[in-house]
Amino acid sequence: MALTTKSLNARHHAFSAPEFQLKVLQQGLVQDNKFVSFQDNLATHALYPLKPAGASILQVNLGKMCNQTCKHCHVDAGPDRKEIMTRETMELCLRALAHAPQIQIVDLTGGAPEMNPDFRWFVEELSKLGRQIMVRCNLTIIVANKKYHDLPEFFKKHQVQVVSSLPYFAASRTDAQRGDGVFEKSIAALKLLNEAGYGKKDTGLKLDLVYNPSGAFLPSGQAALEAEFKRRLGNGYGIEFNNLFCITNLPISRYLDYLVESGNYDSYMHKLVSAFNPEAAANVMCRNTISVSWDGYLFDCDFNQMLDLAVASTIKHIRDFNTTTLNEREIVLNQHCYGCTAGAGSSCGGETVK
Amino acid sequence: MEQTYYNPADLNKFGNITELQPEMGKKFFDYYGEVFKEGALTAREKSLIALAVAHAVQCPYCIDAYSTDCLEKGADETQMMEAVHVAAAIKGGAALVHGVQMMNKIKELTM
Repeated sequence: MALTTKSLNARHHAFSAPEFQLKVLQQGLVQDNKFVSFQDNLATHALYPLKPAGASILQVNLGKMCNQTCKHCHVDAGPDRKEIMTRETMELCLRALAHAPQIQIVDLTGGAPEMNPDFRWFVEELSKLGRQIMVRCNLTIIVANKKYHDLPEFFKKHQVQVVSSLPYFAASRTDAQRGDGVFEKSIAALKLLNEAGYGKKDTGLKLDLVYNPSGAFLPSGQAALEAEFKRRLGNGYGIEFNNLFCITNLPISRYLDYLVESGNYDSYMHKLVSAFNPEAAANVMCRNTISVSWDGYLFDCDFNQMLDLAVASTIKHIRDFNTTTLNEREIVLNQHCYGCTAGAGSSCGGETVK
Repeated sequence: MEQTYYNPADLNKFGNITELQPEMGKKFFDYYGEVFKEGALTAREKSLIALAVAHAVQCPYCIDAYSTDCLEKGADETQMMEAVHVAAAIKGGAALVHGVQMMNKIKELTM
């Protein structure tokens, strides 16, 4: 099936509304097939309410604009999305970080964060603050337009850690998820990153890949998959990288739409719920991360952000950022959270159970 | 009684076999878990073997389970189909090699 290039939002699709997504997640598609609530499951393992362990990562969503329209995208990003973080909001993020030395990692995401016109300015300012910067780069942006060709050198200059999605080491499953021709362009971009020293031994320039399944199945065995990716990408294309992060697709937005359309929703939820792992639940990323939306609002994670589930705190916006108050909050949970607690767990850094 | 012998929902109930004989059931599942762990063979290689055997024994539950498992472990479609061909080759070969027995018998009975 060919991928549409329009977001759910542009198509006025029912799943573009967070409240409709939450209704399906809570009530199920079939009346008698509801799944045990995530909160109840946590309570059974003495993990409810879920409390922060202290924020050490600020994940900043620079906007929903993207040059791709991936089938599984939880942001519903695409070329037709115009929501973009302004420099004023970025300044508020910088001010918040200056007062929060415990937050050492800034994780930049989108959309394609590089498409934000103030992206480079923001990276330069973050670099001056001495924070470790991660960018979630979709790879194809590097080769999409001449003005992005120097991104590897720019990343290198600021010692940015590059984290890039590549759902498979072949075109078949990569293009099925991310669009025709994406695999070939991703390989070209990876070669440019390697040429700049990324993913190479002893350069200190980290290039990590993200694997999320192209279909209604879970990732399994991060270490084994990493070895296979290294073998296939190394032998086939001469590409090197550091780590592979396995991320479970969460049943929201475009991936939820895919599950429902393909008739896989119930069986996928069943898999997630049956694979609930209390150890993974104790290590979920929302315990050490604060997510900032393009317009400066705060969330427990990027997924809650897309579902409009704001932080349960008096501090709602980056302009009022205060880690002491935020660390006292309870993390907002819903059925999609099963995606982070299945099997070996899932986070923006891959498995959470070692 | 179901109207068909196989029901996809029964796959998720496999663990229930311990209800009627807990001790043997537990021993089986412990053994099963041990067999599929990463060892001299990788977990992916074992999953591909299981997929081939599933086709050889024509078990629809196993084909369902190990098609999914192979995908989860990163096997590609070509590897999965080659595994099925291995099963087919052995099953076909097993039939054909008996042709030698047939030829022996023909020799024995004919002038």
